Amino acid sequence: MRYAMVIDTLKCVGCSDCVVACQTENDVPHGYCRDWITESVSGSYPNVELELKSERCNHCDNAPCVRCCPTGASHIVEGGVVLVTANECIGCGACIESCPYDARYQHPDGYVDKCTFCHHRLVKGQLPACVSVCPTKCMYFGDLDNPNSEVSQLLKNRKYKTLAPEAGTNPHVFYLI
Amino acid sequence: MQEELFTSGRHIPNIDPSLQIWHWPIALYLFLGGLAAGILFFAALFYILGKEKEYPSAVKIATTIPPIALSLGLLALVYDLTHPLYTWQLYTTFRIESPMSWGAWVLLIVTPLSFLWTFSFYRESFSNIESKLNLFKRLKFLNTFEKFVITNRKYIAYALIPLSIILGVYTGILLSAFNARPLWNNAILGPLFLTSGLSTGAATIILLSKSIKERHLFGKIDLGLIIIELALIIHMIMGYYAGSQVQLEAMELLVGGEFTLMFFGFVVLLGLLVPALLELIELTGYKVPVIVPAIMVIIGGLIFRFIMIEAGQLTRYLY
Repeated sequence: MRYAMVIDTLKCVGCSDCVVACQTENDVPHGYCRDWITESVSGSYPNVELELKSERCNHCDNAPCVRCCPTGASHIVEGGVVLVTANECIGCGACIESCPYDARYQHPDGYVDKCTFCHHRLVKGQLPACVSVCPTKCMYFGDLDNPNSEVSQLLKNRKYKTLAPEAGTNPHVFYLI
Repeated sequence: MQEELFTSGRHIPNIDPSLQIWHWPIALYLFLGGLAAGILFFAALFYILGKEKEYPSAVKIATTIPPIALSLGLLALVYDLTHPLYTWQLYTTFRIESPMSWGAWVLLIVTPLSFLWTFSFYRESFSNIESKLNLFKRLKFLNTFEKFVITNRKYIAYALIPLSIILGVYTGILLSAFNARPLWNNAILGPLFLTSGLSTGAATIILLSKSIKERHLFGKIDLGLIIIELALIIHMIMGYYAGSQVQLEAMELLVGGEFTLMFFGFVVLLGLLVPALLELIELTGYKVPVIVPAIMVIIGGLIFRFIMIEAGQLTRYLY
């Protein structure tokens, strides 16, 4: 099993519903986010293109945060989900420094926090909060090891990209373009 | 032409715009750790070579610095943690891929060894202090303990050689392991920080030495180390030049960017080139107060750590 998220940038309208859903579901403290929207405009006028992306922890295969963690608080569980055990985390910040996506932050309580792919929901067979609320249904979540899953099929049939693949992290949030 | 017109930030007030997780305690610790590693390395080396009488500052006097430096450094490290009550979690595991785990374990061994080393020379080198404190008369067990440490001093020295090298290298590898920060992410940072640590260690030994012979020897050693360090800095900058876009952008901070004066002025010129020149002049027979180049090297080393910590966190992958 390998969980992955696929986000269709052609369908995303940048409404930030995923951000709000995440903050509500995971009780994210004020001023912090586990996911966020970026908006980029490229090209030369009048031929310009707008791209909206909902970004978060990429739950990398080659996760630098897990590699750098001195206590093992950052770890990978079944399905490839990168998690942090709060009472093993000393708050040294090594994982934050090592993340090319700046996806982690120091929680006001001291430990380091980040997107969990809503692991507590996954074990109950539910989708991550962000995916379940998306009003344009531009986010997909599933098992990449299953060739018939929705995410596998989308990546088979559509053009896609990942963020900063040159960082060598093998990220598992895919963007359809 | 394809040109990027606009990319929004993430607008997360407590995370953006720039990542600044590590502050002055980390830079200070990297400096103190390197300094302690340098002094302990020379102390152990010259003790094993049987030169403790010839080079008393290296083996006996300057070694009072590492216990203080390491204690201060550890305090700084713990102060920088945001979940410090869980620090003991470092010692429930050993993560072979995490430089910080290596560092935590090495410090756990090196710090007590540095205290033992200083303790074993305490009565010999600081008899004036002992005559006032009378510790050994008041606490009888210290005599037996001292005897035990002195008989095992050789083994401590043999252990300190590899441990001090690991401590010195790790302060650099700690940073170079972060592939997300292009300024740090180069393999030369480990050897560079080790050389800088050894060099500041040699400079401290010069500062505390009263014998001309010892000052001259460590002046030569320091000169050699400065030359190696300059070569490594050149290699580091060549590496950035030959690197990817993110590394080119990282290098611009040091070459032409906001850290140029600090780096080339205070580290390369005042911290390496000028002291090297002064040490060279001194070796040719002219009278130069050796304290001047020694202090310049130490301050240069400190500034170098601060620059690397500050500038490194400004560099990142852009996507």
